[in-house]
Amino acid sequence: MSAPPLLDVRKLTVEFATRRGTVQAVKAIDLSVGKGETVAVVGESGSGKSVTSYAMVRILDRAGRIADGSISFSGVDLVAASEAQMRDLRGREISMIFQNPRAALNPIRKVGRQIEDVLVQHVQATRATAREKAIEALEKVRIARPEERYDAYPFELSGGMCQRVVIALALACQPQLLIADEPTTGLDVTTQKAVMDLIVELTRERGMSTILITHDLGLAAAYSDRVVVMEKGRVVETAGALDIFRDPQHPYTRKLMKATPRLGMSLQDLLPDGREVRERPSPEGEAGAAGSPARSPLGPPLLVVENLVKEYPRPPKGSLLARLTGKAEPEAQPFRAVDGIGFEVRRGETLGLVGESGCGKSTTSMMLNRLLDPTAGRILFDGQDIGAIPAKGFAASPFRQRIQMVFQDPTDSLNPRFTAERAIADPILRMGKIRGRAALRARCEELARSVGLPTELIDRFPHQLSGGQKARVGIARAIALDPDLVILDEPTAALDVSVQAVVLNLLDELKQRLGMSYIFVSHDLNVVRLLCDRVVVMRSGRIVEQGTAEEVLGDPKAAYTRELLSAIPHPPA
Amino acid sequence: MLRMIAARLKTTIPSLIGVIIVTFLLTRVLPGDTAAYFAGPAASKEAIADIRGKLGLDRPLPVQFVSYVTALAKGDLGTSLTTGQAVTADLAQRLPASAELTLFGLLMSMAIALPLGVLAAVRQGSWIDHLCRIIATAGVSLPVFFTGLLLVYVFYFILGWAPAPLGRLDVFFSEPPRVTGFLLIDSLIARDAEMFRAALSQILLPALTLAIFSLAPITRMTRASMLAVLGADFVRTARASGLSSGKVIGTYAFRNAMLPVVTTLGMVFSFLLGANVLVEKVFAWPGVGSYAVEALLASDYAPIQGFVLTMAILYVALNLLIDILYGVIDPRVRLEA
Repeated sequence: MSAPPLLDVRKLTVEFATRRGTVQAVKAIDLSVGKGETVAVVGESGSGKSVTSYAMVRILDRAGRIADGSISFSGVDLVAASEAQMRDLRGREISMIFQNPRAALNPIRKVGRQIEDVLVQHVQATRATAREKAIEALEKVRIARPEERYDAYPFELSGGMCQRVVIALALACQPQLLIADEPTTGLDVTTQKAVMDLIVELTRERGMSTILITHDLGLAAAYSDRVVVMEKGRVVETAGALDIFRDPQHPYTRKLMKATPRLGMSLQDLLPDGREVRERPSPEGEAGAAGSPARSPLGPPLLVVENLVKEYPRPPKGSLLARLTGKAEPEAQPFRAVDGIGFEVRRGETLGLVGESGCGKSTTSMMLNRLLDPTAGRILFDGQDIGAIPAKGFAASPFRQRIQMVFQDPTDSLNPRFTAERAIADPILRMGKIRGRAALRARCEELARSVGLPTELIDRFPHQLSGGQKARVGIARAIALDPDLVILDEPTAALDVSVQAVVLNLLDELKQRLGMSYIFVSHDLNVVRLLCDRVVVMRSGRIVEQGTAEEVLGDPKAAYTRELLSAIPHPPA
Repeated sequence: MLRMIAARLKTTIPSLIGVIIVTFLLTRVLPGDTAAYFAGPAASKEAIADIRGKLGLDRPLPVQFVSYVTALAKGDLGTSLTTGQAVTADLAQRLPASAELTLFGLLMSMAIALPLGVLAAVRQGSWIDHLCRIIATAGVSLPVFFTGLLLVYVFYFILGWAPAPLGRLDVFFSEPPRVTGFLLIDSLIARDAEMFRAALSQILLPALTLAIFSLAPITRMTRASMLAVLGADFVRTARASGLSSGKVIGTYAFRNAMLPVVTTLGMVFSFLLGANVLVEKVFAWPGVGSYAVEALLASDYAPIQGFVLTMAILYVALNLLIDILYGVIDPRVRLEA
């Protein structure tokens, strides 16, 4: 590049003061972004990629400080710049968009006003023209009916819509550099595609540069010119987007690449070479798991769902006066979250339940797990209609121990005051037959070993465990009672790809060994492809398509499935 | 909004009924005999029985209760035996005095506590944060009668800046025409600057006493709530958009931090209103607190019942006001209603 880069970061080091002394979150990294260029910063959690971006606009929190290095932006030294100068640059020259768009907006201020605040701050508008300009900004991010949306509060908008507002906010003052920190994490694939396409289009139109911070290699590949890979606060590799995927140089990059689920690979392919699924071998140590994923022959149906419906009443409309005088509108039709679905799960089978947020997949899994009562329909488990057992009393039912669940967030689903052992022992204490301290301990250790959790860790509390270890505790708890069916609700969504790879393999191996069936609820089609025998695609409470994983994901019949598949960003093969 | 208010009021009816029953029963089981008290120490048994008959205290409890509720329905809280006046008249006279004092004290407290709490949160760990902690701890540790006496000693006795702690208004003034019952407001309505100054000088010390006591909960809650909000994602967005720190702290953080603070304010207000007896005693303030205590000592049922019921209604009204304030601050609350 002959022209000087727009942003040039040299030897940047960021330190955090903690109770245990200073910790270097970012260690002497170099990074440059040219005009009009999109650079992706990729890394797993704790790699320092977000801290780097906060340091660039100097919004590190109190404990953090730039210890060393220089950041120059269009010739301005950002490290030496005064707070007033920085304030002027933020939002006008360098903007940021964040993950979790709904939390990134002030919950009690109209979104239009929030855009106005930025416009007025940077003298892009006066009080008189602000409203007009804010609506214009909303229009540019293709929000339908911007005049109405101007008066909306963030909680009244969908996640994708909120992210559009955040983008409008960031681009309102025509900055030169946009820093997008995990802009689509937590959004559906189709929304992700729409949001990313919008960012690309708007930034290209204005000749802006972009830094895209993400943990998703596919996203980085699809939307950037150059990729910077970070690990533990250091840049380990920088290369063109195509080169890095064709020919990754650094071992960490290779490991990341390998762990990312893609077309045409098996579960074992995700693991680094020569790595066992379990962190230590189990006493049984059978050979079957390591071989090719030969699916066990499928048994008779374990679970049959027939015409399952869940309705929620809509809030009544009209004022109190209107209702009292009988002038209210007729009662609205109840909202059908799940609208007459039917499928079956065989013994030893993994069924994938996929769809975007709001499609009813979580409601379905809650009903199957008997935490929620269906409005209509039958749930036949081993021939018996367990849907007829009220959810309130299901904990006392003998079926409870045969259906277990692994929840989405490994941290939030563990009691912070329980040790790992206590968490694993919980279902046994409630329903198991094991009596006596020693026997319980032995069972917990056995379970820990079978999920690859080192037994010396089971006396720790959740905050002393890593994300992957907490996921293992959740899985050990779910299999503690030898269930027939385990419902997995996005069990790896909160995990880094390399940890996800290990956990997915563990799940598959456990299933083979213990002969369980899984219902795997996920929005990540690449993961579903790897783990599931059959797939059910849901939309607006209905099933749009179901069949074997190869059929549905390889040769989709429904237009909606095709749309979902095409929205996944693929790293170049 | 109206629907929310109506719904909220409906839910308070059972608790008000409960308050009526409980206060009625409580006053009856309290030790002490009203008739004996009023007959005087030298009265004969017949005289006491005579008075008891006159007061209706010899009738069975349910009968007494029915007559109490019947009178209550007509807005009659009974007559105080100590003052010889209707309880409603007494309360109407004294409640504004208490309310004015409490409200003024709370406003003073807020004027100090809110900025202090915000500053303490913004400059966490700085000297102002420590100062905030010391002031709050000291304020809540000193009993109000002590603070009150200390203030009187310093500002009246030694410095002579404050007038004698003898009620709401200097004896040389006659009260302004009664509009709100709040002397500060009524004197302004009457366009009497002299009287306003007199009333203000009387209320300053007792209000300051209350303010010092209530500093702690408000400051600490403001600080904690601000700290939580300052760490929120949307504050980061606001900072990353280059908004001025005034805008970030005032418009973005503070308004969001107000919700728990408003709740605390409501609690502190209702607590102070009934519990500032000691301040009223020290400053000879003719409020409801001292009125209720005197009635209690005399086993004078009607004023106690009237006092508790009034407090309950005030509490309900206050909570309603807080709910409405919530709706004003937070649009999400409006939706839920």
